[in-house]
Amino acid sequence: MQLLELTAGTGMSEPTPIIEIKNLDKFFGNFQALNNVSLTVNSGERVVICGPSGSGKSTLIRCINRLEEHSAGSLVVDGIELTDETKNIRAVRMEVGMVFQQFNLFPHLTVLENLTVGPIRVRRLSKPEAIERARKFLDRVHIPEQADKYPAQLSGGQQQRVAIARSLCMEPRIMLFDEPTSALDPEMINEVLDVMVELAESGMTMICVTHEMGFARKVADMMVFMENGQIVETAPPDTFFANPSSERCRTFLDQILEH
Amino acid sequence: MVELSRHPASPVAGFARLFAGSPGQVAKRLAKSAPMSVAVYLIIVYLIVQAALTGAEAMGYNWQWYRIPDYLYRLTDDGFQLGEITVGLGQTVALSTQAFGIAILVGLIVALLRLSVLVVGTAVAVAYLEFVRNMPLLVLLYLFYYVLGPIFGLDRYTASVLCLGVFHSALISEIFRAGINAVSVGQWEAAKSIGMSAPQIYRYIILPQSIKFMLPPMTGEAVHMVKSSAIVSVIAVAELTTIGRNIISDTYMSFEIWFTIAAVYMVVTLILSVFVTFVEKRYAVAT
Repeated sequence: MQLLELTAGTGMSEPTPIIEIKNLDKFFGNFQALNNVSLTVNSGERVVICGPSGSGKSTLIRCINRLEEHSAGSLVVDGIELTDETKNIRAVRMEVGMVFQQFNLFPHLTVLENLTVGPIRVRRLSKPEAIERARKFLDRVHIPEQADKYPAQLSGGQQQRVAIARSLCMEPRIMLFDEPTSALDPEMINEVLDVMVELAESGMTMICVTHEMGFARKVADMMVFMENGQIVETAPPDTFFANPSSERCRTFLDQILEH
Repeated sequence: MVELSRHPASPVAGFARLFAGSPGQVAKRLAKSAPMSVAVYLIIVYLIVQAALTGAEAMGYNWQWYRIPDYLYRLTDDGFQLGEITVGLGQTVALSTQAFGIAILVGLIVALLRLSVLVVGTAVAVAYLEFVRNMPLLVLLYLFYYVLGPIFGLDRYTASVLCLGVFHSALISEIFRAGINAVSVGQWEAAKSIGMSAPQIYRYIILPQSIKFMLPPMTGEAVHMVKSSAIVSVIAVAELTTIGRNIISDTYMSFEIWFTIAAVYMVVTLILSVFVTFVEKRYAVAT
């Protein structure tokens, strides 16, 4: 039963690893943020990472697009090994989209310009092509009418959806979400989660750091629980929520599911 | 208060709004308003001029103000001609503009080096900054004219432009650095995450946002540049101050000429300030 569910999420075809993390360590000075972390994510798989704050969740996904440099171990994304090689780093970043907790939209550009600057400058699309693509993804995040506004004129939920569209405009193969709803007012969380669910249903490979367990249950193929820079538990959501094997994970779930 | 900083709908409405609210608010607003600043400025200038005039009278100075317009412009049978002071002003403006261009360019490069991850880059930038900042402008000028001049065959004008450019580049690079650092780290991360290269991130994301942080101190630097350009008179580049000295050595009208020269400098720098205030407002509204 469990095995069946595990493979069901990864689609019909043979699972192919798209992210391979092996024995990853990360130090900030003397502080060890990641300790011997290994994780394989298959193409089309949706992974939700949770854990207490300071457990290394964000650091882990920030290593995947090299916003953080890992200290030891190896990290292969879409067949490209992440090293100091600038060319590789940029190649990986073009395939990996990232959505931040604080949105990080470019405040001096309109929504449309936020969406086209990457495709035009990095993917070398012509302006009309980039605009067409931007409008397509604005439609997909349900805010086509906000194209000519500046980010500051939008609500938090709208800004985060623009941020998602900005990443999608690069047509990435993998999307990383770093606590995408943590900075949002409660009434705006759902509009962002809805977009993420739709994205998951489209078959995008996703890694989400989030505490939205309802969302996790709905879309995750695999749950990862981290603590003190280590992966403590990896399990499909059914097992993870019903019967977590580690005590620490159970306590954590009790705490966040209490309300 | 925020509304007040924008352009009022009409001068009358704006004027009326200036006097709305409690006396405290009005006083505060008046103290901040441009007309008030100009008024205070004029009063101070008047007092100084008055004191000078009284003093000059006491020493029996022979005022010859009627000769001054000739040095600004002349209308002769040949038509309109620029006076010596106006020509000198042209030189000052050309000199300052060119030097400012160099200062911006070098300043930006030094700032980027300083912020780069290259150890050598940072070291070079810091060494340059310390060297230039700890040198009196006059000594730097002598260095350019008497040392680098003969070596590289620089004429006095080129040496002056380079010297002023280098001197101000140090100050301007700090303005760039502060402006660049004022943009949040998240902007870097977002731009990196869509695969932009460092030059692209600077060009399209960081610098456009830094401009609004940099404009006010940049204005100060532009004004400073025009004023410090006067120092090149010591190597006899024919700019405003040199012209002033030359006229005085011919005519002995030191009071009239120095007042005039000071007024010309002031007009230039005031125009500069007003212009940049205008640009700042445009930028503040756009983002």
